[in-house]
Amino acid sequence: MKDMDDQPPRTLPIQSATFTNPINAEIRRAAATGIYDIRGGGAKRKVPHFDDLLFLGASVSRYPLEGYRERCDTSVTLGTRFAKKPIELDIPITIAGMSFGALSGPAKEALGRGASAAGTSTTTGDGGMTPEERGHSSKLVYQYLPSRYGMNPNDLRKADAIEIVVGQGAKPGGGGMLLGQKISDRVAEMRTLPKGIDQRSACRHPDWTGPDDLEIKILELREITGWQVPIYVKVGATRPYYDTALAVKAGADVVVMDGMQGGTAATQDVFIEHVGLPTLSCIRPAVQALQDLGVHREVQLVISGGIRTGADAAKALALGADAVAIGTAALVALGDNDPKWEAEYQKLGTTTGAYDDWHEVKTRRA
Amino acid sequence: MQTYDLEADGLRGLNSALQAQQNATNQTSWEVVNPKGSHAIAVGLDAPIEVTIKGSTGYYCAGMNQQATVKVEGSVGPGVAENMMSGQVIVDGDASQYAGATGHGGLLVIKGNASSRCGISMKGIDIVVHGNIGHMSAFMAQDGNLVVCGDAGDALGDSLYEARLFVRGSVKSLGADCIEKEMRPEHIEILKDLLDRAGSDAKPEEFKRYGSARQLYNFDVDNAAAY
Ligand SMILES: Cc1cc2nc3c(=O)[nH]c(=O)nc-3n(C[C@H](O)[C@H](O)[C@H](O)COP(=O)(O)O)c2cc1C
Repeated sequence: MKDMDDQPPRTLPIQSATFTNPINAEIRRAAATGIYDIRGGGAKRKVPHFDDLLFLGASVSRYPLEGYRERCDTSVTLGTRFAKKPIELDIPITIAGMSFGALSGPAKEALGRGASAAGTSTTTGDGGMTPEERGHSSKLVYQYLPSRYGMNPNDLRKADAIEIVVGQGAKPGGGGMLLGQKISDRVAEMRTLPKGIDQRSACRHPDWTGPDDLEIKILELREITGWQVPIYVKVGATRPYYDTALAVKAGADVVVMDGMQGGTAATQDVFIEHVGLPTLSCIRPAVQALQDLGVHREVQLVISGGIRTGADAAKALALGADAVAIGTAALVALGDNDPKWEAEYQKLGTTTGAYDDWHEVKTRRA
Repeated sequence: MQTYDLEADGLRGLNSALQAQQNATNQTSWEVVNPKGSHAIAVGLDAPIEVTIKGSTGYYCAGMNQQATVKVEGSVGPGVAENMMSGQVIVDGDASQYAGATGHGGLLVIKGNASSRCGISMKGIDIVVHGNIGHMSAFMAQDGNLVVCGDAGDALGDSLYEARLFVRGSVKSLGADCIEKEMRPEHIEILKDLLDRAGSDAKPEEFKRYGSARQLYNFDVDNAAAY
């Protein structure tokens, strides 16, 4: 007769660090559907980030300012290189470009109101400029994107700055995919496309390739807008030193560098997680490029991708940036992924904080 | 007639003078001499004026045009009439790449040949090319009409949306999701009007029509091989 004590000790079940449950679920999903997964949001994997840096506070060798008593100037001017009317901001935190289509008119209006109250700028996005955001944003940056959806010279002349989007951190070199669920009549009309189709936003500009062409494109945009407003060039972080240097060479007033944690409305998950550099790692090379060309602070650097708090913004500035831009944090502030909606997220088979399939929401969206 | 010497007086002066013209201007006729291949000539215009450029231009001539008629007595570099909204741009010679790219309206006429990516991403513009067009023309073209009196190069109308393509000569190959379609009476009407306005004596009946098969409109695994 065998006693329980005679059983040999057993190993514990160990989850593979390579074939994790989420990875296995993705393999099953891919096998069942045969096509890649499209989602919103930025890279979810852990990458070196601002949390890995700390500030040295004042001490014997440094003198502090009195909190809430002594003045701390947070203003910054963007576009001092060539523009006749640079953008003056009260705070070095701007609202990043998010497409009308991904965001609704009321969301655009809310961002405009909030940014104007805080003395900063908002940015249009793919799909064009809406009256909601122009009307409610005291300073509005108009994106010039590869798709050119809704692009027109009247709106161009209404803009306080122009941002030529070469790429985004979430998908450097990749286009976008606005799935049919989000294409309302108004969105379809603004983009000159049939309603309900899955819209590809092009991955490259239709009428220029490379830095020499970009220089001529910038010349054209300046000639159309009378050299009044700053021209930004936004790049997804991949080769931050050379991309910054080439943007400067092409005549940019401002370089916007977006790291891989940066949000997007929709693209392939594989692109979001496996292409691009973490935000933290691209700031110093970008600053170095500006310094090597002798234009640090003359051509301003705006950093985005995973900026969540004032501490993150301060760390980006300490590393040499002039300002930061926020996308996801602004949406969270609007109520996106708020746990008070947990029951509704559960009905969609997900949970707050993880939800990134915005295109699947048919009723409420940010 | 106002005459502007681009070489002597510079690009900024030209564009700001042309852009300052209002709807009721009586300076309706302009001539630009010595263009010498300069870029961004006569961009961002928004008045019913007529500008004649005496020679060839560089990139983005007449970019984002509204209302104006711009004539080029020469050839044009890349991106002529890019993102045009309305008005007319007429080129006597040849056009380089991306002629009429992303144009939303108006009429672009090229009397010579156009290079690759003519009408790329067009969103409502009408383009008439008297000669041939290069490869990848009308890529992702959304709306408007592209009329080619000569031949078209490889991959015509790749990933086409709702733009209509009319070609009189041969088409080297069609791009993904672009097919030949039936020429109906309404298309003959459209062609007749465009050929007329573009000063071409080609007969509408000699053209074939190409359009989107609309098979790539939704993201679907069955299309994987088409991409
Ligand atoms: C919903 C959404 C839509 C976006 N749409 C655009 C767009 O149209 N154009 C663009 O350049 N970037 C777009 N982005 C990226 C943002 O401009 C920005 O680079 C990014 O959100 C910054 O990272 P963060 O989300 O971590 O703050 C979008 C981001 C989100 C979250």
